[in-house]
Amino acid sequence: MPVLVFVETGDGKVRKTSLEAIAYANKMGSDVTAIVLGSAQIAELESLGKYGAKKVLHVADAKLDQAVIQVYASVLTKAMQDEGADILVLANSSLGTPVAAKVAIKTNASFASNVVELPSTTNGFVVKRSIYTGKAFSFVELKNPKKVIAIKKNAAEAKEIGGTATVVPYQVSLNDADFNTTITSSEKATGDILLPEAEIVVSGGRGLKGPEHWAILEELAKELRAATGCSKPVSDMGWRPHHEHVGQTGVKVAPQLYIAIGISGAIQHLAGVNSSKCIVVINKDADAPFFKAADYGIVGDAFDILPKLTAAVKASH
Amino acid sequence: MKILVCISNVPDTTSKINFVDNSTKFDATGVQFIIGPYDDYALARAIELKEATPGTTVTVINVGGAETEPTIRKALAIGADDAIRVNAEPTDSFFVASQIAEHAKEYDLVLMGRESIDFNGGVVHAMVGEMLGIPSLSPVMKLEIEGTKVKMEREIEGGKEQVEANLPLVAGCQEPIAEWKIPNMRGIMSARTKPLKVVDPTAVEQTVLLQKFQLPAAKGAIKMISADNVAELVTLLKTEAKVL
Repeated sequence: MPVLVFVETGDGKVRKTSLEAIAYANKMGSDVTAIVLGSAQIAELESLGKYGAKKVLHVADAKLDQAVIQVYASVLTKAMQDEGADILVLANSSLGTPVAAKVAIKTNASFASNVVELPSTTNGFVVKRSIYTGKAFSFVELKNPKKVIAIKKNAAEAKEIGGTATVVPYQVSLNDADFNTTITSSEKATGDILLPEAEIVVSGGRGLKGPEHWAILEELAKELRAATGCSKPVSDMGWRPHHEHVGQTGVKVAPQLYIAIGISGAIQHLAGVNSSKCIVVINKDADAPFFKAADYGIVGDAFDILPKLTAAVKASH
Repeated sequence: MKILVCISNVPDTTSKINFVDNSTKFDATGVQFIIGPYDDYALARAIELKEATPGTTVTVINVGGAETEPTIRKALAIGADDAIRVNAEPTDSFFVASQIAEHAKEYDLVLMGRESIDFNGGVVHAMVGEMLGIPSLSPVMKLEIEGTKVKMEREIEGGKEQVEANLPLVAGCQEPIAEWKIPNMRGIMSARTKPLKVVDPTAVEQTVLLQKFQLPAAKGAIKMISADNVAELVTLLKTEAKVL
């Protein structure tokens, strides 16, 4: 029985977290059917085979180019039925998570979001979830025959394993009543690396003293091909946009490397970064609490260290 | 207009998390409980709407045992008119959404936080919307009502979108939808006598079952690098941490 994977695209490109969802489903040992909604390039669809998809359903209806959650939920529910899939896997996101929840209700499935590991099936179908904003985990059994799993970033490694996928056009009649929300406009942040998906994040806090000093942080970020983030006070003061705010009430990141500059490390900020593999803290206050949560630390002034670090990264290429 | 605000009763954001009973139960010893920070934004926006539009009422609902009543009273002190407590342990998103949906039918607008900060499910709003057959959106950063139309700003990956929908509607909220409100003395006094109805939960099939909790592995010791030797950091990140 296949596992259905909802694959999200952004600007025509498949999201990396969706590739992780394919890898996750593949590692569960089932045939993976990926589904892509809206316009997409055939090469991009075929490439999903390299990550473990056997089949790719493509609903090429232009009405799906705007992601209306209710519409997507109905299409995925129909696809699960048509494919005979009992399990839907997708990546946690502002689109995927609510869509998943609705599919779970429609199909009477057990649901879990924030899943961080492959399921264990030795004693029921059990998934591990990240809870208390990264401060703990829970193991929950998904009891119903149908299951919907929304995975957190890094739950599986998106790796090319060299398969091929058959792309199948898939027709679904859309229900007008499902278009119950209308997106009138949207704006994307500048820069091409999305903060929630970034492998390296460079974040600045009040220690940078003002928005005019962000250029030196951005230079380091550019050299590392990193996304930029900031602390809550920085976004509250309007130095940086809200979508860069990393923390308990902002974006939770899970990069390979998180570099914090001039951030003291309040527990609310740590809640947003504690899933990072490696944390570097640069702060002129040797007593900054962030050092306790870091792997590497430098006590020093941001304006002194940042240019040196950028130069050192450049020299190491 | 009738607004329902769903609040979670969660450990303060600075709490140390521990478990007892063979890692099957949260250790509440010495932990301060608060209105979920995101729910607090939803409540604040509801109170703003009430103040702006005469005839608007705000009801808060919480799924929890008697121990959550101080948190519910705080929401009443902030300005909600009355409260419902569904007398049950909030075990999972589906259970909580089912309880809320049972009481939410008569409301025009159902607000809550984008997620609770204990179990981080982030889906109760979507499930309630699905159960009631009405639109739901999250995370909503701005919400304005014009007649029966709701205009919202929603955060999406690396940006935001403007969205419109008609009432009735469910919204999961986050900053900067409103500023948190602090109860004043008059609010605290009047909260004591505001109606707080306790109801039994509706029977719900159990779809997920908690087996146990786990704390993350302890972090290793930090390695300090001299400010005069920044290049060493780059070397360590490459060769030791292998993240560059």
